[in-house]
Amino acid sequence: MAVVRLSTPLRKFSDGKPEITSAGDTLREVLLKIDSKSPGFIEKVLENGEIKRFINMYVNNEDVRLGKGLDTEIGESDVISILPAVSGG
Amino acid sequence: MLIGLKCRNCGERYPIEPLNTCEECFGPLEVEYDYEKIKEDISREGIEKGPNTIWRYSNLLPVTGKIIDLGTGLTPLQRAENLGGILGLDELYVKNDSVNPTFSFKDRVVSVSISKALEFGFDTAGCASTGNLASSVAAHAAKANMNCYIFIPTDLNLAKITQALAYSPNLIGVEGNYDEVNRLCTEISGYYNWAFVNINLRPYYSEGSKTLGYEVVEQLGWEAPDRVVVPVGSGSLLTKIWRGFNEFKDLGLIDEVTTKVTAAQAEGCSPISTAFRSGEAIKPVRPNTIEKSLAIGNPADGYYALKVIKKSGGTAGAVTDSELIDGIKLLAKTEGIFTETAGGVVVATLKKLVETGEIKSDERTVIYITGNGLKTQDVLADYLPVPVKIKPDLEAFNVYAKPVQKEKEVV
Repeated sequence: MAVVRLSTPLRKFSDGKPEITSAGDTLREVLLKIDSKSPGFIEKVLENGEIKRFINMYVNNEDVRLGKGLDTEIGESDVISILPAVSGG
Repeated sequence: MLIGLKCRNCGERYPIEPLNTCEECFGPLEVEYDYEKIKEDISREGIEKGPNTIWRYSNLLPVTGKIIDLGTGLTPLQRAENLGGILGLDELYVKNDSVNPTFSFKDRVVSVSISKALEFGFDTAGCASTGNLASSVAAHAAKANMNCYIFIPTDLNLAKITQALAYSPNLIGVEGNYDEVNRLCTEISGYYNWAFVNINLRPYYSEGSKTLGYEVVEQLGWEAPDRVVVPVGSGSLLTKIWRGFNEFKDLGLIDEVTTKVTAAQAEGCSPISTAFRSGEAIKPVRPNTIEKSLAIGNPADGYYALKVIKKSGGTAGAVTDSELIDGIKLLAKTEGIFTETAGGVVVATLKKLVETGEIKSDERTVIYITGNGLKTQDVLADYLPVPVKIKPDLEAFNVYAKPVQKEKEVV
């Protein structure tokens, strides 16, 4: 199961925990799995089937927008981070 | 005169707290002011009588407690007749912000955000930096007696590292590019209760950049220029200069804003310029340029910067590393201002856009020079001639000088 790190606004879907584990072969599947346990999660992070403009997602610290996006393959020990995109500069 | 924080995307409101993200849509939060009250108090005369720092605009800055100020702001707006003459511009000005206390415009945003951090009761300040922010946060944290954690990419310019270390922060080199440093710091900010100026304090921090809009208006005799050329990394500075102009208009301090806002980027990291030119959405990139301070591949304010450029009728350009080096040298030899690589990007972009006709000769144009050349000497050194060496002897100098004189006589 992959580890999913959640930023503060998303921790209401994890009972306040900063990290949860979730299964799935791709990033999309992992997110859907979380949504099946915590309804409303998907609408919070995706819009029209794409990652929301103000959200960045990383798999093992790599920005998925620079690669396969939601189709990024997820392995057993991978770490996913979901973070606000409004930092820095 | 603060009302609270408001999401720029969905309009959701929040109290004045160390927050940067909307819990509803993840959009960026922005400070909301009571402009009706400010309007009753603010006047040109009142501002002119204020301190010779950014704090002359304190009505429009989000700090209500003690101010940490090293003397930032009211930097020179220099009429650039020589550079304008070469480029074919009738009225060109350089806003020389490289002479702030830590030698970059970042002192504006940091003076505001460290003051706000104290107000919130934080004892530790931090930031993700491309270089200039590092020294500014370290200096202001020192003055505020705060602990300080600075995160930088390890391949940063040596002079920027040296300068930052002088203020004795905890300086952490991260083996990655700026976007990776920023991602790490965003994660750390979720676990440590620190004031990361450009993360959890970002709504307050970015307000400091408005003063670069206010000052130019004031220094031009209370008029907004026809054109500004702004270096763009995250896009925050560009959007805040625009906000500054428009706040002055909305408060009745100036009649109109017809400024065309123009972005300058390095080709090796130009997601905003590329999106403007292609008409497509911004796509993150992996930076590959000698220009480190603008090397943000996934710009936080890219979306809003693009909106401002389009709304104002401005444009965007990008230049090669070789062009930006020429830009540094051109500004130094025409105007006597030595800027860092970001300034080279601005001058070279200006040159390019004048040549393509996108910037017209009769536009009253202001270029923003936001960092000092001493910070990126390592980059420039390879492109400068080796100084002549002579013996301490008059005849030795005559041997050197005569051919030079001859050349001049021929001319």
